[in-house]
Order: sequence, then C-alpha cells, then structure tokens
Amino acid sequence: MNAPNASGWKPGTPVEGHNAMSGPDTATGNRALMLEEPLLFEIGHAETTGVDLPEPQAGANRLGGFDRKDPIGLPGLSEPETVRHYTRLSRQNYAIDLGLFPLGSCTMKHNPRLNEKVARMPGFADVHPLQPVDTVRGALEVINELAHWLIELTGMQGVAMSPKAGAHGELCGILCIRAALEARGDAREVILVPESAHGTNPATAAFAGYRVEDIPANSDGRVDLEALKARLGPDVAGVMITNPNTCGLFERDMKAISDAVHEAGGFVYCDGANFNAIVGKVRPGDLGVDAMHINLHKTFSTPHGGGGPGSGPVVLSEALCPYGPLPFTARTKDGVVHLVEEENAAEFDHTKAFGRMTAFHGQMGMFTRALAYILSHGADGLKQVSEDAVLNANYILRSLEDVLDAPFGHSGPCMHEALFSDKGFADDVSTLDLAKALIDEGYHPMTMYFPLVVHGAMLVEPTETESKAALDQFILALRSVAERAIAGDETLKAAPYYAPRQRLDETQAARKPVLAWNDANLT
Amino acid sequence: MRYLPLTDTDRSDMLDTIGAPDIDALFADVPEAARLSGPIEGLPMHASEMAVEKHMRRLSKKNLAASDAAFFLGAGAYKHHIPASVDHIIQRGEFLTAYTPYQPEIAQGTLQMLFEFQTQVARLYGCAVANASMYDGSTACWEAVAMAGRVARGKKRKVVLSGALHPHYAEVVRTMAKFTDDEIAGAPPSLTARPDDDGLIARIDGDTSCVVVQYPDILGRLPDLAKIAEAAHDKGALLIAVNTEPVALGAIASPGELGADIVVGEGQSIGVGLQFGGPYLGLFAVRDEKHVRMMPGRLCGETVDAGGKRGFVLTLSTREQHIRREKATSNICTNSGLCALAFNVHMTLLGEKGLRRLAMENHRLACFAADRLAKVPGVKLLNDAFFNEFTLLLDGDARSIVRELTQQDILAGVSLARLFPGHDALSNGLLVAVTETTTEEDVETLASALEEVLA
Repeated sequence: MNAPNASGWKPGTPVEGHNAMSGPDTATGNRALMLEEPLLFEIGHAETTGVDLPEPQAGANRLGGFDRKDPIGLPGLSEPETVRHYTRLSRQNYAIDLGLFPLGSCTMKHNPRLNEKVARMPGFADVHPLQPVDTVRGALEVINELAHWLIELTGMQGVAMSPKAGAHGELCGILCIRAALEARGDAREVILVPESAHGTNPATAAFAGYRVEDIPANSDGRVDLEALKARLGPDVAGVMITNPNTCGLFERDMKAISDAVHEAGGFVYCDGANFNAIVGKVRPGDLGVDAMHINLHKTFSTPHGGGGPGSGPVVLSEALCPYGPLPFTARTKDGVVHLVEEENAAEFDHTKAFGRMTAFHGQMGMFTRALAYILSHGADGLKQVSEDAVLNANYILRSLEDVLDAPFGHSGPCMHEALFSDKGFADDVSTLDLAKALIDEGYHPMTMYFPLVVHGAMLVEPTETESKAALDQFILALRSVAERAIAGDETLKAAPYYAPRQRLDETQAARKPVLAWNDANLT
Repeated sequence: MRYLPLTDTDRSDMLDTIGAPDIDALFADVPEAARLSGPIEGLPMHASEMAVEKHMRRLSKKNLAASDAAFFLGAGAYKHHIPASVDHIIQRGEFLTAYTPYQPEIAQGTLQMLFEFQTQVARLYGCAVANASMYDGSTACWEAVAMAGRVARGKKRKVVLSGALHPHYAEVVRTMAKFTDDEIAGAPPSLTARPDDDGLIARIDGDTSCVVVQYPDILGRLPDLAKIAEAAHDKGALLIAVNTEPVALGAIASPGELGADIVVGEGQSIGVGLQFGGPYLGLFAVRDEKHVRMMPGRLCGETVDAGGKRGFVLTLSTREQHIRREKATSNICTNSGLCALAFNVHMTLLGEKGLRRLAMENHRLACFAADRLAKVPGVKLLNDAFFNEFTLLLDGDARSIVRELTQQDILAGVSLARLFPGHDALSNGLLVAVTETTTEEDVETLASALEEVLA
C-alpha cells in the first residue's frame, strides 16, 4: 500500500537541473508534440474543397446581372487537412479542460458536456426563429422555464431574455431605466459608476446618452455610502454597481444604497457579472436592485468559446418590467407559452416596451445549456456552488497573503475572487512578469491590472469546480512566482519560456496593423 | 453533485486553514436579513444527468425540427448542410473552453483562427478589413449606423433605411437610435418586382450620415448597390450594405466592390445552424482601411514574438471599453468567437470552389422552385431577380396558409405579415427560401399543398 513507483517521481515534482526544452534545433521548427501550423492561406488552394457539391450546370440565371466575376480569394482544404489544421491550432490554446483558469470576474468554471448534448437536440438546434409558434412550443417552454428560474433566483419581477451578452444586457437595463424616466417626463443626465467597475459600465451609460460620474470608494474597497448620498439629486438617473464588486467584496450597504437612490428618484442597476458568488445565498431583488444582467456564460457555465457567444438576460423590478424589450415569452393560465412580439404586445398588456435589442429571441443555444446546468444543480446545488466558489477563493486568499499583498484582506473574507497587489515586488518586476511566469508553470494567468483601483492588481477566481488538490498545486505555483517577483528574479522578464510563443510585440501590432492576410506577403 | 469536486472533509480542512468556523462566516458581509437560510423554496432540487436529459428531450420533441419538414424559411436565418467536422472541431475543449485571447502566448489557436476568419470575411465582402465578429447581423447593422455617425463626427443626424431592410434589423436600429437622437427614415417595402432604388436615392440629402441597404433585400430582390453608392457618396454619406445570406456572395458581386463603405451581415449560414435565432454571428467589415480605427469590436492582428516568430494578438484595443471606458467606440465586450470558428472551418472546407458550387446549387434549386410554384394557380412570383429566396404573391392570406400547412409538416416560408404585422398590403406575400438542403420532392410537396389550399 502506498508504495512508490519505480522512479519515485510523480507529476508536479520538478527534476533538478533538467530543462525539457533544451536540445538541438529541428529541421521543421516543430518540437515533438509542439507543432507549428501555417495559415490557411499558406496551405490551401482555391481549387481544393472538402465538401462534395455538384458541378454548376448551365441553365437558369436570375441574378439580374449581378454575377460575381472576379476570384474571391478563398483557399480550401480537404477534410483530413482541415481537421489536422484546426486540431493543431487548438493545441496552442489554454482552456478550462486543461487546467485551472483563474481569471477574476470572468468565471472560468467547468463546462458540463451534458449541456453540449442537450443544445444539439434537433428540436432546439434545428428550428427556425420564425417558424409558426405552434411548431416551437417546446423551445418557448425552455425560454420560459429558464426565465422562471432566473426570476426566482434573483427575487425580481420579470426578465428580458433577448440580450446577446453581458454588455448587451447592461444596455438593455439602462434603456429600461431611461424609458421609465422618460415615461414620467423626468429627463435625467447622469449615471454614477464606481471607479472599480468593468469598462463596459461607463461605455454602456455613455452609449445610452448619459454623462458618467465616479462614485467614490472607501478604504475597505466598497462604495462610500455617505459620498454617494451627497451626490444624489434630480439629475441622477441611476447608479451602476457591481455586487459582489470587482474587488471581490460584497457591498454591505447595498440595501441602503438602493433606498437612497430610490428616494432621490433614480434607479439601481446591478452588474451581475459576479452573481455566481451569491446565487442561492441572497437575492438581489431583496436588496432593492431594479435591473441586473446575468452572464449565462459565467454563473451558469455556458462555454466561453474563445470569446463568445455570451448571453445576458436582464432581470427587472416591478418598476422597470413594463419597459422591457420585445420579444419575450409569457405563460398563460392554460399552461401555454406564448411568444410576445410587437403585434401581440397589447394582448399581454405590454405596450411600453422600449423596443427590440436583436433580430430574434436571444441566445437559444445558451438557454438550453444554462437550463441543463441549473436543473442539474437544483436549488440545493446552486447554493453549494456559491459556497464552494467562495470557500475556494478564501482558501487562496489566506494561503497566499503571507507572500502577496491582499489590499482588502484585512476587511474580512472575500467572495468568489481574491484580490492581490504588486506591493512588495522588486522595483523592476511587474504583475505582467509574474503572470507570464505563471504561464510556464502551466496556468492561465489571473486577471491583471483590474480593478483599476489597486496597483498592479491580480484578481484570482478559482471557481467551485476546482478540487482542493488542484488549488494546492496552483497555490504552490503562485507562491513560487511571487517569491521570485519579490526577490527580483531577472529571468521573469523574459517569461514565458515554454509557451508556443514568447511575449508578442503588441506595439508593433497596433502601430502598423496587419489585420488580414495579403497574398503579397508570400513573395 | 457531480460537478463539485470538494468533499466535506476538504471543506472542513479548508475552513480550518482560513480560520472560519463555518461557511456562513464567509458570507458575513451579506446582511443577515437578506441571507437565505436554505435552498430557495418552490424550486426543484438537483437532478441526475439522465433525468435532465430526459426532461430536455421531452421539450425538444415538442418542436417541429426543420429537417423533419419540407422546409422553406429564410428571412435572415437559413438552413444549410453543415459538415460533421465543423461540429467536431468546435467541440474540442481547447476551443470550446478557452477565454478571450488576452494572453496571446497561450491563445495562438484562437488568434490565428480569428486572423483567418477576418481575412475570409474581408474577401467575401470585398473589403479591406473585417473584425473578429459581432453578436449577430442585426446588432452589427446598428453598430454600423453608430459608426457612420462617428465618421460624420456627429454633424449628420439622418439615417436612411431601405424599406426592404429586414424589419427586425430596422427595429433594432430604431430602438438604439432613440437614445442617440439619430433620425431614422424608412417605411415597409412596396411589392414591386425590383427594389425602388431611385426612391431610396431621392431620400438621401446633405444631412444623411448613411444609407442602409440590404443585398439581397428582405424580399429576395437585388438592389443596384453601385448606383446607390455613387448617389450616397455624392452627398457625402456612407453606404452600409447588409447581407443576411453569405452564401449568396459566392454567386453575386461583393458589396465592397460595388462601393459599399461598411458591409455588415449575418454569418449564420456558414457553419452555425438555425438554433431558434441564436447564437448567430455578426459580420462587420470596412472597405477602406482609413476607417479601421472607427470600427467597433475586437480586431486580431499579426505581429512577432520576442524570438522573431510570427504570432497574433488582439490589437487596436484603445478603441475598446476596457481601455477607453465611456469614450469607447462601443460598449461591446465579446464577439461570437465559437461561431466565428464554425464559420472559419466551414469556409475552409468549402474553399472558393465549394462556395461557388454551393451558391450555384442554391440558385439552381431556387430557380426550379420559383418556376414550379409560380405554376400553381393563385400563385405569382414577385421577383425579377433573386438568389435563393423570393417572394410569392398568393390569392389568399399567406400567414394563415403557412399555419395551415404546418399540419402536413410543411414549413412553407415566412409570411410578410409575420415580418411586417399591421401592413395589410403585404398580407398575401410569402417569402420562400431554397437551399442545397431542399429537394425537388420538397418543392413538389409544397406546390401540391398550395394547389390544394388555394383551390
């Protein structure tokens, strides 16, 4: 029992003096399983195709003389070449499936494969958005069932399901606020946003025609309630507050903030990017929130897909519900789920909608996945999700605060993410250097330089789908690179050493942008 | 709970390390009055994989899948065959479970794919530069209008929409413009064999920032983009061309070569699938490089690494919200990455030869269908020209006929009344789309059913 294997070695144990990357150059530039892959435009041909289609026949042409005459410039590959091209490319990516992905605020948790299977069922994947509604009642039921869960989990009155992503949801919420204010003839000009907010918050408010002003923070990383109260007035349309906030802290005064904003005639928008920390533990509706988007790709684990698609339903308070966009679903007493669009909005007493956010009904492919995730966890499992996410983050916070500065560590536990600063690093070592060294240790770096209120910020979000063993190994790695940063280890400056690429020249990329392949590059 | 690795022993050991008596101590900042003591009442508890799958399958079966019907719907979403390898590749965990490529050293797979995607889109659209994708065609359309406002430096407030722009796209533009004080001009289309290009041109004036024209349009017709572009440019306005069926561009001239300044559209046809309307793939390109810094959305660019190897990064991010905050070109924070990958893979499989064949096969079948259906008594073909979608005028209310035919598992098309509710003049219009997935038997099925119902 427990006898060591022949070598005594196990994964995770460094071997003294051994560098797997050293060795002679290779003729191909490849290094065994690390394969370089050319661009499609360097290996494909206009005459190659991986799809069997009939030769065009001479015959009817009703294109009205708009026929395309010149070559398009689209090289093709056969199927085996295609599969190999993309498989090789895929191996140059880090992913949750490979390891812990501690990007704070981005919530990179395991993506259950059941959800992929469900999304591909023909009744969801192979239905057209404009089919007669009697042929898509099951799809409408999915939307309605998910909507019900979102409303119950947040303690809100209704939900706009159509926004395509978190920032789109923010826009939806702010447009609801604007519509509600306009309906009472109350033009207001200012939205208050804390400095620690995601960049999307001020961008959204500005897009909706508001002037953005900062909400001051206090020394423990939360909104300064008294300063906020002092700023409220008849020109303030509302506030946008992230809760838990981007420092990983719960806004203790949320209810008092909401009450003060309401008293001044404004509305409370909550950025729900961090809802995964509190789902099942507290309901934003009980804290006076009027609108909050939920990133289904964060809290409810729909895949991030290398940058989308996302999905950003917005839950709404009673005051904002009448202004929610079309279309949406509604279940009548007979149990039938209806699609409410411009033409039948009046039948459903919804005549004040501010408009339409997108062509169709929202991200159905994300709804099916999110619903499967929610049903799998249930009310009890979702509560456990928050608890484990918060437990894992606090475990990291307390396991590393002796080496890394935790600017708000003194003010109590964190929520789902642990925030550190670069205080204590040697002068010429930056957060970026530490992050790149973490890549060599086999991890995707944490969120860096965000929130802006902390110098050299490192925001670590492990999520609930990491085991204790995985956390312990990550802590070991982060501790090691932190110690090197404090000691001023010069080798950090050129990290990563073992990734498919060394540091990339972003300045050159921006100064002389090359944004498409040019065949002239070949010569 | 199968997705949660911590054991109770782990939990208690970790609480010890943290120095907390119990889990609730970690939630101490949540006011006790608002803290929930147990699972939210009235909601189901956790369920097995088998149980969830069964529940979802039951809901799935309540829908009529396109492949189980004689299917003719289009209007911005098209049913095409997607090669099996596309779905295989997008399910590789390294693509599926990656994040936005902010750490380029370990995201070259996604970045190189985006660079290839941008190039494919730019070439398809006849443009210099395409971005790394938007949410969908309708939001890309609005972002183009907003960009035209930036190009005009806010000095021109009028946006001229073609009446034959997809009405949902027009509605998104109208919704967003309410909040930016742009003036939106446009009315539903007239049922004419050709689009009213001259009428559209007459509405362009010196205060117009942009003209928005769909190509092919919502009725399947082909506007003369070159002529509209010239007229727009004469008045100092930009031409925004909107394309909802990228397969068409394998057969017809690209909007960029015809003079469109911004070309946007829906990319769903290539690789993505119907999915009841989302997620889809917004395409966005500019003809002239000088407009690149005004563009919304992510851009991937080529560069080199410290060792001199070629590599790719997200670039020109000083336009974006995470740097510029309230001064950003858009609040957009994601693209439609995985759908862009599906497009990229499908387009690579097709190649130029495959895309042209696919386009001509669509057109051949559409011509066959148009001729066959126009022979049905009580059916008239509206279009002079079309690609794979055309408008039929029926001797009857198209919407009720569409509903009636679902009883025979025929999804006959999109009635114009569904698209333009309240416009009685359009109520006999039926928009019919035909792709390579449509068989001649399907066409015959629809023709016979129409014969019966119109008799």
